[in-house]
Amino acid sequence: MTERLSVRKTYKLFIGGAFPRSESGRSYAVNDAKGTFLANAARASRKDVRDAVVAARKAQPGWAARTPYNRGQILYRIAEMLEGRRDQFTDELRGSGLTKTAARTEVDAAIDRWVWYAGWADKIAQVTGTANPVAGPYFNFSTPEPTGVIGILAPDGPLLGLVSVLAPAILTGNTTIVIASEPAPLPAITLAEVLATSDLPGGVVNILTGHRTELAPWIASHMDINGLDLTGADEDLATDCEQAAAENLKRVLSPTTNDRATDPGIARMTAFLETKTVWHPVGI
Amino acid sequence: MFEYAPAPESRDIVDIKPAYGLFIDGAFTDANNHFKTVNPASEEVLAEISEADSADVDRAVAAARKAYENVWSKLPAAERAKYLFRIARIIQERSRELAVLESIDNGKPIRESRDVDLPLVAAHFFYYAGWADKLEYAVADPRPLGVAGQVIPWNFPLLMLAWKIAPALACGNTVVLKPAETTPLTALAFAEICRQADLPPGVVNIVTGAGETGRALVEHPGIDKVAFTGSTEVGRQIARAVAGTGKRLTLELGGKAANIVFDDAPLDQAVEGIVNGIFFNQGHVCCAGSRLLVQESVAEELLDRLKTRMATLRVGDPLDKNTDVGAINSAAQLAKIRELSQAGDNEGAVRWSPPCELPDRGFWFAPTVFTGVAQSHRIAREEIFGPVLSVLTFRTPQEAVEKANNTPYGLSAGVWTEKGSRILWMAQRLRAGVVWANTFNKFDPASPFGGYKESGFGREGGRHGLEAYLR
Amino acid sequence: MTVTPTIPADSGLAEITSTAGSLRGFLHGLPGVDQVGAEERAARLATRSIKKSAKAEAIDLAVSMVDLTTLEGADTPGKVRALCAKGMHPDPGDASVPMVAAICVYSDLVAEAVRALAGSGVGVASVATSFPSGRAPLEAKLADTRRAVEDGAGEIDMVIDRGAFLAGDYAKVFEEIVAVKAACGQAHLKVILETGELVTYDNVRRASWLAMMAGADFIKTSTGKVSPAATLPVTLVMLEAVRDFRARTGRQVGVKPAGGIRTTKDAIKYLVLVNETAGPDWLTPAWFRIGASSLLNDLLMQRRKLTTGVYAGPDYFTLD
Repeated sequence: MTERLSVRKTYKLFIGGAFPRSESGRSYAVNDAKGTFLANAARASRKDVRDAVVAARKAQPGWAARTPYNRGQILYRIAEMLEGRRDQFTDELRGSGLTKTAARTEVDAAIDRWVWYAGWADKIAQVTGTANPVAGPYFNFSTPEPTGVIGILAPDGPLLGLVSVLAPAILTGNTTIVIASEPAPLPAITLAEVLATSDLPGGVVNILTGHRTELAPWIASHMDINGLDLTGADEDLATDCEQAAAENLKRVLSPTTNDRATDPGIARMTAFLETKTVWHPVGI
Repeated sequence: MFEYAPAPESRDIVDIKPAYGLFIDGAFTDANNHFKTVNPASEEVLAEISEADSADVDRAVAAARKAYENVWSKLPAAERAKYLFRIARIIQERSRELAVLESIDNGKPIRESRDVDLPLVAAHFFYYAGWADKLEYAVADPRPLGVAGQVIPWNFPLLMLAWKIAPALACGNTVVLKPAETTPLTALAFAEICRQADLPPGVVNIVTGAGETGRALVEHPGIDKVAFTGSTEVGRQIARAVAGTGKRLTLELGGKAANIVFDDAPLDQAVEGIVNGIFFNQGHVCCAGSRLLVQESVAEELLDRLKTRMATLRVGDPLDKNTDVGAINSAAQLAKIRELSQAGDNEGAVRWSPPCELPDRGFWFAPTVFTGVAQSHRIAREEIFGPVLSVLTFRTPQEAVEKANNTPYGLSAGVWTEKGSRILWMAQRLRAGVVWANTFNKFDPASPFGGYKESGFGREGGRHGLEAYLR
Repeated sequence: MTVTPTIPADSGLAEITSTAGSLRGFLHGLPGVDQVGAEERAARLATRSIKKSAKAEAIDLAVSMVDLTTLEGADTPGKVRALCAKGMHPDPGDASVPMVAAICVYSDLVAEAVRALAGSGVGVASVATSFPSGRAPLEAKLADTRRAVEDGAGEIDMVIDRGAFLAGDYAKVFEEIVAVKAACGQAHLKVILETGELVTYDNVRRASWLAMMAGADFIKTSTGKVSPAATLPVTLVMLEAVRDFRARTGRQVGVKPAGGIRTTKDAIKYLVLVNETAGPDWLTPAWFRIGASSLLNDLLMQRRKLTTGVYAGPDYFTLD
């Protein structure tokens, strides 16, 4: 008896809640650590970037208008769905060269990281917001608001790294365009499948696979993107991107070498938050 | 035309056992004495409930201590969080069952238990689940207290349980909780939920009983913290009992809130707010807007509208989905409401209720408004804790503040005006822990709640709610 | 102002409407509407559970309140005749189904509808005054109205000048309604506020009072051509306005939500809103209408579900 032939998955892009191929029709081969072919990933073009930004912009006001509680619920739902695909993610991470134990540890850490961020949705304002005792008959308070549309160059840690840059950006009400890890893009698309089935509105997260150096400049220079996370960029690319981002004064999060095993702190959330201060007179 | 046909929520969804034990160390155990819990809408006996004596309380506190020392305080915070998320999810999954059970045992309309109590219960667990592994962002060097003894009232049985247990557990404490003797059923259902969530035994213990059980719990030397919600009188006794023991204490007690309506208020919404302020949950609400302070220039028009609106309130079967006002929780509470209303009559206030047919069995009191009330009347000073509104008038904002604050209580207040600066001016001067502007009786897990003066101290909800359970 | 509307002398409203300044002062002196509170109230009423006998009665009442409407550029005499047939006998297989209140068409098709409905008791309503935008000279609007009335329309659905209203020229809006009312003669006047363009509930309340003071027999939410059309909170605010207007003047004015009401569940929510806001006096086709087209078949489907106990399918009801 011959072994059953498996039905392979086509890995596509994730834009506006749908899974299109690249408009360019291109793909690139993804191999495992030993060089064995795993799958073809879509190789996104600048036009896919353009479409993803349109989708992210369209989704942003509605996502930000959700109550923080609702966003927290949706993020928690994503964690539940991640847990349901624990084995699949573990297999995919082993494909990128991790041992079974290391892969499992990374998957579990990614799920727990997502839960940690889910809990922040209705608390970040309580930690960063203030009531300001101004010297006059005014009530004055400051609250955080999302920056808007954020471009993210995800690091190569294919799941924990991706989760660690994505969750803090969206939970506060931003929407995102993510360039997945170039050598290991497959878990990102599987994550997209989780997002697509977790009540997350289409367009909040858009994931592109392809060549980082080809796509990053288009994101960095895009005038309808408000923030840029360069975690996955090397030094040269980061400098170029930061220069391009200056044109419309994007908020830039520079690449850092933080240890993703520890408490990430709130810096990744506050990087893409604006502070709004409101004055109101107090009188009869 | 358009008499709504009866629309009862199905009772089949709940399974009430004939008898319930105490939930100690993860298991139900019987007690020596028992009491009955009844459906206040029909006086039907629902179940036999165990009455915990001091030995039972000892066992519960010991179980909580053991769980605290050996399990809960050693667990990584993120794992505590995940237990609480689980509990929140199970509450959501079983929310209709719990809502029906709450309405049967408490008498509150299913519309409220379904649309207000249960969503808030689940949300409270979600909210504090998220805090469990973020405490250092709220408090420097957060450390749990140990074992918390918690005593809750009968007006929002499961919601008050959530307000007590969720922050306590999130901060790393274990608990012994005593629900009110007239409404133990949802707390016992919660015990079962703890088991479904695989919560380690002893982290949550539920001891049922009346005042003596509560006294045994709060006076127990093995607890580190007392949290009580209930009457100011009992709160005072507890404060005395706790004095000098080093136990931490938070109290959420009575109120006599002023709901203040200015002549530039959005009148239709103000009427809704007044109705919601005093008839929500039959007025069994510590923060109820039981004193309506209305500006004289708009008093007549507002009262006309209020009476018209009150005539549309549907009083009756708590399980009917169209019921607005359900049953009074107990015969004792009904007697108290009647006694204070009689005092209102005697003191010369004018009583009005819309025509409404009350059921023959069960405990009922028609929505009632007293006009011509003076500050000196008992119904303007004492907490009635029922569907009875006292109406007073004022002329200026200063006078409104003065009258609103002229009470030993200070839990909540309402302000109705379209002028923003006046809202803030009033809010600055009102001596109350919660001020609602152009709304009333709003609750959210992210929002701290608690009183000034004799309405208690400490806050529940929000970031501030963590402080009650951390060193 | 040149024309005086018909309102009781003791209500004080004649004086209010006598100058643009006093009119503006009155409208801006009406109690405000808090958006959050109004929407909460409407949402809460929407949780009423209407079952069994109450539902059966509500469905028939709703059918009898429908202004069955076709307002398309592609309308033809044939389309109007088909709609009239449907309105007179909504369910050909069940004679116990009441007929609808009226058929609502463009003014040039009024004659066709009048012929088709002759003697049936179903009314003919015509939109007029350069529906739906209302952007035309007053003379054209009046001519439109007169033509519809001459052709036999018993009800005129006019649109207010939202541009003038939003510009604060309440007197212009008022006078236009008064003039159209005069052109209506015996025909009933429904005044469409187009609440989707007025946006705020404060504006909806002001426009409601303005229309009523100018002589409206009905106030209507929407043309159906602007989104959002009828909503529960907008209708709530309008029902509060007619309730308060009657308390002040003694004159009862009807309310018609139109557009976006497609299901029985929706329709019953509106009836609950009427019942608990303006009161049972409004629960008749004389004082409450629902402007709709696809709603009717859903009412018929739910009606059959109640009588047969099984869910019906759309193939068993006529599409007209």
